[in-house]
Amino acid sequence: MKSSTLTRRVMMVAAAAAFSFATPVLAGGHQVLDSIHFLVPGGAGGGWDGTARGTGEALTASGLIGSASYENMSGGGGGKAIGYMIENANSQHDTLMVNSTPIVIRSLTGVFPYNFSDLTLVAGTIGDYATIVVGKDSPINSMDDLLATYRENPGSTAIGGGSVPGGMDHLVAAMIMKAAGEDPNEVKYIAYDAGGKAMAALLSGEIVALSTGFSEAIDLANAGEVKIIGVTADERISTYDSAQTMKEQGIDMTFVNWRGFFAVPGLPEDKLAMYQDAITKMYDTPEWEEVRARNGWVNIHNSGDDFRVFLEEQEQIIGDLMRELGFL
Amino acid sequence: MLDGILTGLSTAFSVTNILMVIGGCLIGTFIGMLPGLGPMSIIAIMIPVAISIGDPSTALILLAGVYYGAVFGGSTSSILINAPGVASTVATSFDGYPMTRAGKAGKALTVAAIASFCGGTIGAILLMIFAPALASVALLFHSAEYFALMVVGLSAIAAFAGSGQVGKALLMTLLGLIMATVGEGALFNAPRFTMGISDLQSGFGFITLAMAMFALPEALYLILDPNRSKTEGASGEIKDLRITKNEAKRIAPVIGRQSIQGFLIGVLPGAGATIASFLGYAVERNIASKEEQAEFGKGSVKGLAAPEAANNAACTGSFVPLLTLGIPGSGTTAILLGALIALNVSPGPRLMVDQPEIFWAVIISMYLGNVILLILNLPLIPYIAKILTVPRTFLIPFILFFTLMGAYIGQNNSTELLILVGFGICATILRFADYPLAPLLIGFILGSMLEDNFTRSMDLYGGLDFILQRPMTMGLLVIAASLVVLPSYRARRARLRQQGVADGD
Repeated sequence: MKSSTLTRRVMMVAAAAAFSFATPVLAGGHQVLDSIHFLVPGGAGGGWDGTARGTGEALTASGLIGSASYENMSGGGGGKAIGYMIENANSQHDTLMVNSTPIVIRSLTGVFPYNFSDLTLVAGTIGDYATIVVGKDSPINSMDDLLATYRENPGSTAIGGGSVPGGMDHLVAAMIMKAAGEDPNEVKYIAYDAGGKAMAALLSGEIVALSTGFSEAIDLANAGEVKIIGVTADERISTYDSAQTMKEQGIDMTFVNWRGFFAVPGLPEDKLAMYQDAITKMYDTPEWEEVRARNGWVNIHNSGDDFRVFLEEQEQIIGDLMRELGFL
Repeated sequence: MLDGILTGLSTAFSVTNILMVIGGCLIGTFIGMLPGLGPMSIIAIMIPVAISIGDPSTALILLAGVYYGAVFGGSTSSILINAPGVASTVATSFDGYPMTRAGKAGKALTVAAIASFCGGTIGAILLMIFAPALASVALLFHSAEYFALMVVGLSAIAAFAGSGQVGKALLMTLLGLIMATVGEGALFNAPRFTMGISDLQSGFGFITLAMAMFALPEALYLILDPNRSKTEGASGEIKDLRITKNEAKRIAPVIGRQSIQGFLIGVLPGAGATIASFLGYAVERNIASKEEQAEFGKGSVKGLAAPEAANNAACTGSFVPLLTLGIPGSGTTAILLGALIALNVSPGPRLMVDQPEIFWAVIISMYLGNVILLILNLPLIPYIAKILTVPRTFLIPFILFFTLMGAYIGQNNSTELLILVGFGICATILRFADYPLAPLLIGFILGSMLEDNFTRSMDLYGGLDFILQRPMTMGLLVIAASLVVLPSYRARRARLRQQGVADGD
């Protein structure tokens, strides 16, 4: 996913991030840390930026930390910031870098000279499930229908998405088809450079189905424009519980597009514990709930070792799939 | 519908909302004049203010005001210092800046203001009447048609290929297309032509390149040639601010045609104001009479009015997919969509039914915004044009400062400055060698859209079949071919006729 591309989901976060400046900073009695410096590997207004500023806002407003500062360091699709963290490991103990699923994908493809395990893993904090949607007038109503259409004529059953071939939306579509017993290499994936354009292509009938983020799909499903035919979550999601999961439909797969925080390599244990403590406590604060609800984020908390297990598992699954698809 | 319009009227004409439109237009105009801050960044800056207002109609009216103001203000830097801050005002500088050089800055700004006003107003009327119907038309366009549309857009370079420069213009277009391939494309998961430099991973920035091609060489020219600024520095007088009756007669049909054409192009998600402005320029040049055609690129009022009317109408048009389908057709409308959702408004086919007051208030605010922009800006033009009477010792650093700031401000990446200066020097050398730089920028802007849509169509149809299978694609490609071939055919025939006369002597 190109970080400068203004997709719908990115902009929702941006809108929320921008008005977080206005929130007054309240000092509290249960402060865990003096300050956190958030390093954002992309420009202002992107998805990473929104996550960092939203988290910083909740942490300061709830008094868990004294103050938060932010720095945007774009370049190399996020690689520049990772390099900076590693090269300045001794002087940047107060810095947390935000990142998300693409760090796994990009490390695998070798776009980044580094891997997530070169950094100190602090916590995965939020996420979004993936989903397959079809247009409101489509005869397809479930994954079974889509698979039947696909089996009849794989060549003209194009599935679109807002990421490059080999990017997240493509990998999710391939993962689903593979779990349904199809050859992921045969899936005709059409890439669009932004979520909005992919959605327009779905409504115009250029593509049969669209692989996209769940939070992005909800708004259009509520507006009656699309039907959500499968979600990559374990269980149905309360905010739109008429959408069936993949598992319910006999497709054994789940996928979470996570966002989380990383610190410099070799961070002292006590400092790491303080970061994790602050983030853990944040989930129970009304301030966080407000930020989360405003952005439509899903709490998916993975701290420390859980985060490592989660990432290694994701790296394994994505890596295998990318090898199968010929991207590695 | 009448009910809705009345509700919209009463919403838009409250004192608060009128103040919001005025405030939004002012903020938009002034920030929009700074190269580097386009409508997208300005709206992003204003969103917190809009959200804190709370009432969705008022907030949207403010943002819409900022949007029109920014589009309007953006043309000012194109015209005055040849520094187009956003892609949609590149075509404005083709004839706007030559007018400034000829000492007609005031007139250029007036023409731009009036063309913008008409484009925006006609666009708003079309939006009001045809929005629901057009939403379905927009969906007739597939990637194949977008590809063909970009080819038509590229044919705008024919406008710069006059007087034996065909080869040079083509060469520069190719260079622009090649530069567009640098970085990670939207459809390839590997970086291309980055030479291992991580700062090139996301490709060259539009603003960096626009400043390097247009504004920086201009500033260098001013330094190298002291006479260049003297001549028109003094005659930057605002005396001929007024448009003559003859000029008005010439630009009226241009504005009319381009408002409609621009609006229709703006409706397509994924085409937008930039394509509209290039196409407007190309079409008007092609249908102009021979004497008028020679003026294009040298300060033609028609060449200035066409892209200005088209890009403003297209901005209004881009509200069609946003308000009726909930699909953002451009970066700017994507930000607006984010704001709408944060305000608990879900755009889509039900917006007109569920919250008609919001839908109509936005449309009414468009009229209001355009009228207010015109009223605010016409009296200000003499003062804005005065910038040029600043002595060159101050003017040149001023241009350099805004050029460098424009490139830096978006990404906070100092490498952009090195790229800017490097390309700026190359561009200056190319200018000395009499190579037109506009085709390079057009190639660069259209290149990635051209490639993406072409690749998608190839994927979908398993080859080039889409050209034959989709009649609309074929039709657009034929139009593109005739836009390129016709002018040179006409020129050739004219040349032959002249030779014939010579032979007969």
